[in-house]
This record gives sequence, structure tokens and C-alpha cells, in this order.
Amino acid sequence: MSTWLEAHAALVFALIKVLVLVLVLLTGIAYLVWFERKVVAHIQTRWGPYRVGPHGLLQPLADFLKSLFKENVSQTPVTSRFVFLLAPFLSVTLALLAIAVIPFGPDVELWGVTMRPQIADLNIGLLFVLAITSLGVYAIALAGWSSNSKYPLLGSLRSSAQMVSYELALTFSVIGVLLHAGTLSLREIVDAQAAAWSLPRWFVFPQMIGFICFFLSAIAESNRLPFDLPEAESELVAGFHTEYTTFKFALFMIGEYAHMVTASCLLTILYFGGWHSPFPATVQFAFTEYFPALLLGALALFCLLDVFRLSRGLHRLLMLVLGIGLAGLAWLVAQPPLLAALQGLFWFLVKVGTFLFIYVWVRGTLPRFRYDQLMAFGWKFLVPLAVANVIVTSLFLAAG
Amino acid sequence: MSASYWLFFVFAGLAVLGAINLIWQRHPIHSALSLILVMGALAVLYLLLGAEFIAAVQVIVYAGAIMVLFVFVIMLLNVGEEERTQWSRVATYVGLPVALLLVVQTGYLLYRAVPVVARVDPNRFVGTTRRVGEMLFTDFLLPFEVASILILVALMGAIVLAKREP
Repeated sequence: MSTWLEAHAALVFALIKVLVLVLVLLTGIAYLVWFERKVVAHIQTRWGPYRVGPHGLLQPLADFLKSLFKENVSQTPVTSRFVFLLAPFLSVTLALLAIAVIPFGPDVELWGVTMRPQIADLNIGLLFVLAITSLGVYAIALAGWSSNSKYPLLGSLRSSAQMVSYELALTFSVIGVLLHAGTLSLREIVDAQAAAWSLPRWFVFPQMIGFICFFLSAIAESNRLPFDLPEAESELVAGFHTEYTTFKFALFMIGEYAHMVTASCLLTILYFGGWHSPFPATVQFAFTEYFPALLLGALALFCLLDVFRLSRGLHRLLMLVLGIGLAGLAWLVAQPPLLAALQGLFWFLVKVGTFLFIYVWVRGTLPRFRYDQLMAFGWKFLVPLAVANVIVTSLFLAAG
Repeated sequence: MSASYWLFFVFAGLAVLGAINLIWQRHPIHSALSLILVMGALAVLYLLLGAEFIAAVQVIVYAGAIMVLFVFVIMLLNVGEEERTQWSRVATYVGLPVALLLVVQTGYLLYRAVPVVARVDPNRFVGTTRRVGEMLFTDFLLPFEVASILILVALMGAIVLAKREP
């Protein structure tokens, strides 16, 4: 047994990484839903989830159990049972698959073991992500078709057209970054942004137009407001997933949020320097190494304050436990071996978190586009702009 | 044997099964899904040969674009299940022998070619994006540009046909 383990250490290690990433990601997505509900609620001057756990913190758990134990209601006989079940499965699988090539940080050496926080480092990392996201349209198209109902079908037809159109703008806007970096490997793209002028040398500065194109088409690709025509509830009930109940519906939600996470990771990697700190690596800015600990400490303080502010005993107890846990974590993160090792991961997560917040913010602020506006915007504005960006960038690079 | 050796058989088998299922299924959507499976399996086979760029393009272009169009059209036309027809006489007396002959021929040729095939070393091809790009824009520049113009002409033709007033 032990010899087998030694022979396949790399495989076992990779499997453990996959397991940890999926668990962390799914928990993260559950709390992303909570985060979104909270932020949108505060934008609309409501409280959002507040009853289940302190600040509604146990709401994701309750939602998870609810969707598991609900009755499976289906009104119409589906066109094809196999395809009907395949669609939500595809939605989650493809969304999780794309995250496999995302590098979350630089190589980390802890206690003599070198770890790479990435599941697969492909030479064609970016192409792989684009290929996987181009398959994502099947989940929605098949869901709408197999539901045997008119609103889902309309929603999925819209979404097929929308995703195919915006994929074009998405791919074109990435080419600018590729021209600068000269590689398709996501890790090498991040490395190409390591140096600094007086500003950090991120591709967002030379590629501002490409970034805007990519950001807008990424929102459209993940079917989020203001481009969520496939599920426009005012016209199509709930669009392509109208006929889905119980955990099948939850799978679509997980797929959508995982797509959001992937898009945020890509934005961070392609345009915002990945795991590189925005501060120059000089002695003056050495104090920025303590930011992770400070952030966790502030959160811990907030939780501990809530012990006195909340009224229900159980909630106060939970907050106390959470506060002490976070304070312990903050202390741990400030210790020498972890302090250096977690820098990359911290900055990466901060940037991804910022983009996720912007996603939610956009949803809470902007009204939905009309369908013809959406298509006109994609084809007549974004695609030409992205192509012009490619031409200007290559001329600029060829001249300089 | 290495893992890629077994992976080859898994995905080659998947491709063949998908192709058989494509013909076997009576509903166009199921056939289209089988075709997507075949293309995905082929992409993995390219990957096993070290041609990563071709693998990615296979998925992006065939599975991600062309098949989406297929599925889209099938959904729009709301095509139902097909009915099976009687086994035709032409198929029995002409089709079957010819198909058999073809299988035997291919098998014989492959059998003769086995030592040659066995010598193919995946590491000899460098299917990286950089290499493919260099080849396309130096050695094969003219065919590449001609093909691009051909596709452009076809595109414009399609638009003209679609836009024509009745």
C-alpha cells in the first residue's frame, strides 16, 4: 500500500487538490448567493436574509436542505427525460471544469513542500477556458428545448443567440492581452505583468478598451443582469429553467455562480496582474504584508461587537465562536511561514472578490436591456470595438 | 502501460460508440448530442497526440459553434422523431457488399501499415499554438489567405441570399 502511494504520490496529491478546490468553491458559491442577496438588499434599502443565523449566515445551508427535500413537481411531460436531466448536470460540470486551469497563486513553499495552487497548468489555458465556456450554451439550449414548454424554449433560443454573439466579442477582446503577453498559458500571462512602472504593470492600462469589451461580454456570457434576457422574469416567467424544480434548479444556480467566479478570475488574471500585489515590492511597502491579518482581524472585531448588538442568544453564541475563530486565523496568518506564503492567494482573492462585488452591484443598479438592444449592442458596438482594439494594439506593438 | 495508452482506448471507444449512437438514435437532438460526444472524444485524442491547439480549436469550432447552430436549427424547426423505413433492396445487394469490401480493404491496409504506425512518436510533433501560428503565417501563408478569402466570399454569399427580397 505504501509503495503504491509513493509511486502515485502526484496523482493522490492532485486528487486531494481537486477535492479541496471543489469543496471550497461550492461553499464559496453558496455564500456568494448570500452575499448577493445581502448587497442587493442593502442597495434597495432592505435587510436581506436576517432570520436564519446571525445576519442570515446560515441561509445558504437552509436553502441547500430545502432544495434537496422539496417535492419534484413537473407540470408538462418533458420532451426527453435524458436531455432534461443532462442540462443541469452539464451546466455545473462545465462551469467547474473551467476553474481547473485557473492559477490561484504563485508556487508556495510551506514546510519543505512546494505547492502549486492550480489543478492543471495547460499551455493552452486560455483557449481551454474559452472552449469550455463555448460549450456552456448547450446546458441552456437543451434545458429550454427539453422542458416542452413555450417560455423555456423562447428563453433558450434567446440565450443561444446571445451567447454565440458575445463569445465573439469576448474572444476578440482577449487577443489584445495575448499580443502583449505572447502566450496562452494563464500562469505566464500573470508572470508577464509582474514588473512595475510607477504603476503596477497590469494589462488593464494598455488594454483599457479590451478590458471593457471583455467585462461586458463576460456579463452577457454568464447571463447576468443587465443581459439576463434568457431568464427575463417579467416576460418569460423564469426563462430556460421555468420547468426545473428541486436540486435540478439549484444546479443551474450553482452553474451560473460558478461561471461568475470563473469570469472574475479571468478578469483578474488577464487584466489585473493575477496574484501580484498592487504595491511595489520595496521596504517602504513591507507593511502591506499584514493586510490579510488586518482584514481578518477587522472581521473578527465586527463579529465580537455583534455579540453585544444581537438579541438572540444562539446568534450571539455563533458570532462569538466565529469572532474567536477569525481572530485565531488572523493571528495564524501573521506568523512568518504563512505570512509570505499567503500573499499571492490573498491579493488574488481580493481582486476576484472586487469583481464579484461589481457583478452584484451592476445587477442591483442597472435595468434590463431589451432583446434587440442587446443584439445590436453586441454586434454593432462591442465586436467592432474589439476588432479595432486588436488592430490598434498590434500596430502599436509592431511600431514600438 | 502509461495512462495515456489506456486513455486512448477509452476515448477512441467513446468516439466509436458515439458515432454508432448517432446513427442509431431516432431523434435529431439525440443524434446531434452524440455527434458532440464524438467531437469531444476526438479533441481528447488530439490532445493525447500532443496537438493541444488543434484539440482546443476542435472543441471551440465544431462543438462550440457549428453544433450549436445544428441544435439551434433542430430546436427552431421543432423536428420530431424520425420513423424507420423498410430495409431497402439496394442496400442489401449493393450497399452491404461494398461496405464489407471497404472494411476489409481498410483493415488490410492498416494491418500492413502497423509497423509504420507504431513508429509514430507523439513527441515529434510540436502542436503548440506558437508553432502552428508560425507555420500558417510563413510556409502556408498563401493557402491560408486564399482559404480565408474563400470563407469570406461564402459568408457574403450567405448574407446576400438571406437578405434577398422575396
